[in-house]
Amino acid sequence: MQLNDKRSIWDKLHLDLPLLIALLTMMAASLAIVYSASGQNSAMMIRHGTRMAGAIIGMFVLAQFSPATLKRLVIPLYCAGLLMLVGVLLFGVSSKGAQRWLDLGVTRFQPSELMKIAVPMMVAWYIGRNHLPPRALHLVVGFTIVMLPTLLIKEQPDLGTSILIASSGVFVLFLSGLSWRLIGFLTGLVALAAWPFWHYGMHAYQKQRVLTLFNPESDPLGSGYHIIQSKIAIGSGGIEGKGWLQGTQSQLEFLPERHTDFIFSVLSEEFGLFGVCLLLCMYLFIIGRGLYIAVNAQDAFGKLLAGALTLTFFVYVFVNIGMVSGLLPVVGVPLPLISYGGTSMVTLMAGFGIIMSIATDKRMLLK
Amino acid sequence: MLKKRPTIRDHSAEANLFARRAFVGFVFVTILVAILLSNLYTIQVDDHQDYQTRSNDNRIKVIPIAPNRGLIYDRNGVLLAENKPVYNLEVIPEEVDNLDNSLAEISKIIDISEQQQTDFVKDIKHNRRFKSQVLKARLNEQEVAKFSVNQHKFPGFSIEARLARYYPYADTLTHALGYVAKLNRKELTKLEAEEQATNYRATHDIGKLGIEKYYEQLLHGQVGSQRVEVNNRGRVIRTLSMTPPEPGHDLVLTLDIGLQQIAQHALKDMRGAIVVLDAKDGGVLALYSNPSYDPNLFVHGISSKNYKALLNPDRPLINRTTQGRYAPASTVKPHMAILALEEGLVTEHTKMWDPGFFQIPNVEHKWRDWKRWGHGHVDVYKAIEESCDTYFYDVSYRLGITKISDFMAQFGFGDLTGIDIHEETTAILPSKEWKEGRFRESWWRGDTISVGIGQGYWTATPMQIANATNILVNKGLHHPPHLVQVAKKENEVTQINNDEKPPVVLKNPDHWRISLDAMHNTVKKVTGTAHKAFKGATYDPAGKTGTAQVVSIAQGERYDAKSLKERQRDNAIYIGFAPFDDPQIVVSVVVENTGGGSSVGAPIARQLMDYYFSANPVTLAGSAQQ
Repeated sequence: MQLNDKRSIWDKLHLDLPLLIALLTMMAASLAIVYSASGQNSAMMIRHGTRMAGAIIGMFVLAQFSPATLKRLVIPLYCAGLLMLVGVLLFGVSSKGAQRWLDLGVTRFQPSELMKIAVPMMVAWYIGRNHLPPRALHLVVGFTIVMLPTLLIKEQPDLGTSILIASSGVFVLFLSGLSWRLIGFLTGLVALAAWPFWHYGMHAYQKQRVLTLFNPESDPLGSGYHIIQSKIAIGSGGIEGKGWLQGTQSQLEFLPERHTDFIFSVLSEEFGLFGVCLLLCMYLFIIGRGLYIAVNAQDAFGKLLAGALTLTFFVYVFVNIGMVSGLLPVVGVPLPLISYGGTSMVTLMAGFGIIMSIATDKRMLLK
Repeated sequence: MLKKRPTIRDHSAEANLFARRAFVGFVFVTILVAILLSNLYTIQVDDHQDYQTRSNDNRIKVIPIAPNRGLIYDRNGVLLAENKPVYNLEVIPEEVDNLDNSLAEISKIIDISEQQQTDFVKDIKHNRRFKSQVLKARLNEQEVAKFSVNQHKFPGFSIEARLARYYPYADTLTHALGYVAKLNRKELTKLEAEEQATNYRATHDIGKLGIEKYYEQLLHGQVGSQRVEVNNRGRVIRTLSMTPPEPGHDLVLTLDIGLQQIAQHALKDMRGAIVVLDAKDGGVLALYSNPSYDPNLFVHGISSKNYKALLNPDRPLINRTTQGRYAPASTVKPHMAILALEEGLVTEHTKMWDPGFFQIPNVEHKWRDWKRWGHGHVDVYKAIEESCDTYFYDVSYRLGITKISDFMAQFGFGDLTGIDIHEETTAILPSKEWKEGRFRESWWRGDTISVGIGQGYWTATPMQIANATNILVNKGLHHPPHLVQVAKKENEVTQINNDEKPPVVLKNPDHWRISLDAMHNTVKKVTGTAHKAFKGATYDPAGKTGTAQVVSIAQGERYDAKSLKERQRDNAIYIGFAPFDDPQIVVSVVVENTGGGSSVGAPIARQLMDYYFSANPVTLAGSAQQ
């Protein structure tokens, strides 16, 4: 190892420099926006910064695991996650009408977060073991691996997370070369399934969210309030925005959930379309970099996993922005890397840790 | 999937496949980002104005600021209606650590009743915790002082001042000024119909009676506003801009508070009314109706106990000067004499024999003179000076009701005088049409006889009597009575009430002189009915007494059986003016159930004139000095 050690310092640390810079930039922006959205609450900002530091350390630690090590951890991780999900449904702690937490005595733990990583890993490992594109049997098994935790999480109920997990699994299958005909067929099937899902699979509050999406003004003080206030915040920001700490919708608390799910509205109000473009460019860069790493990964496992994690990251972005700007129903998905909240930050950074591990692993083997 | 797969993995083919898929993925991502962006562009650029407006609507609230109500002064600049701060003890619940403790503590300093405490606790439950709530309204000065010393012990408690109307002369001016009280729903509906509701958004009180009601628009002023930024719970964050309110006009009345006090004093506990007019322009110098009441009781909401006390048989709520209907009695004789002269029924020198009664030819009934044995030979002068009834029975019989009512209407009888308060009645000037309309009965010749001496169906308000006298004194010129002289706002002064009404024109203007001379003699000559009352006056008065058989003061009056006798006594009436050569004031006095106009009415008029001319002395030439 020491003989051919011409790698850069970043390779030695198993870090991808462009990705790292982009992530740190986003986090810095997040601190500034959370400070504004929380009503200039420094204590909150410090707490947020501390969690970020924790998430960065988590990412760094995960980056040190080689893909080979990760492959060995896949099955225990996935099985443990599945067991915990069942545990949540049986003995979980409720909060706000949903049962998502497992009380471990010392700390509360959300097994669905673990599954955001474990599911794409498991599917990538399983599909990657075989030839690409996968055969029918492998596809069926792959789907099952995805759907089991998805359904369990939907039961909690946590629609946002189950969508994210399902898509992370589906992305693996898509990237593995699922035939377009099958994709078309499955899309049709999903469309057909949407009808019974609407009637039997969704909770009343979720249906309400979808309905008000299409006509938020119909219930301006009830479920439409979130979307209306959010659109007012975004729209009143205009091109240049009202300026940092100057957003009246957020500073005067008309905007609900402004430091978590609706933080994009705060950003839009204070920094305008200009800030929005900048943010979307950053996201595109991160996604582009993630896919670049995936394409250049050493083996199928690495490619599929890095690609799926990257595309899932985009699902966060799309669902969140689509929701606050009135394109999609309100599902509780945070704006990745920007929203206040430790759990999602840690999970996301863990994902990026894995991507970095994949990125640096390739170079080691080539030498 | 039936295709047989190679057993050895083709890594480069798989890598190509993956790269293609990743590329497709990235294209998808880019398309979706473009969709997001185009939607955001629509919201932030195309619809920006709309959302900008809605954002401002969210955060900007306009808080109205009440204008200060105009003040009311008498003719000499004495303040009659002012705005005084009232102090309320208010609490902002969220700033109080322990409400129960604080309430217990503050009760030791300021007396707060059980009821006030429970009301307060109820109030704070129904309101935002940062909104100030009244714990006790209208603290007295002592309580304000006590609280101020201890304020530091009560965070969240404060004393808030609001301006409220105060009438320093209390019951002396009630029937002229009226009062303001809390704006009610009915008035709000009316204001809405007049598109005035916005102007009253911050206003607490509105004029309910008298000048306060009549001049409400002038007195009220223009509402101001403050644009404030609020958060989603309505808490005010900061003030953005402010438009100060425009205070209402100050009013200067023609009233003389000194004279008004004399009027109140002169009537003592007698029921009655006094009107003093400025002979030059019809300005009301005094307007007093007895009994009166304290208007300040109404400003903060009168208690039902206090209100019930006002509903007594003496009817203090009635403004007798403009709502009391009295038979004008002999005070109309000077007018009647002029009509007789104009119609050529009598001349200045015509003498009539008065046996003490009048009879219609071929009718048994005798209309008696007040002097049972008669006045002997009577000319027009003597008829007025000694108030001979028979002379006027005869004259009116010959005139007939139509000529009388047509002529008297020109003096304002049977019509509103147009005084600037709303509480006024037309009273009754009888005519054939009136009687047919009222009783479905035709006019009898006999009905005319008592009308000739101002009785029968004829009723008039003290204000009408004063106005009719003023027209007489001004030889036909009609200056309608009014209370307000000018309205002032900063340096701008608006003259009010200077409109004239058409004068009474005689065929022979010398007839004015005859009647006025006779009124002069009524006071000057020893035989005159007002001679005694004005003995030794330093000015030159003239007048006419009247004593009316009782007529109810207003419709629907219920007489108490015990007081029936007292209430059947005669009403004393007096009209007078002075100085004779160049009249400055006209006085009309009506006192209920006290007997003679010369024994009760004239002495009251004397007190008023004495006061007036001691304050406004006249030279021999008869012109006023300031």
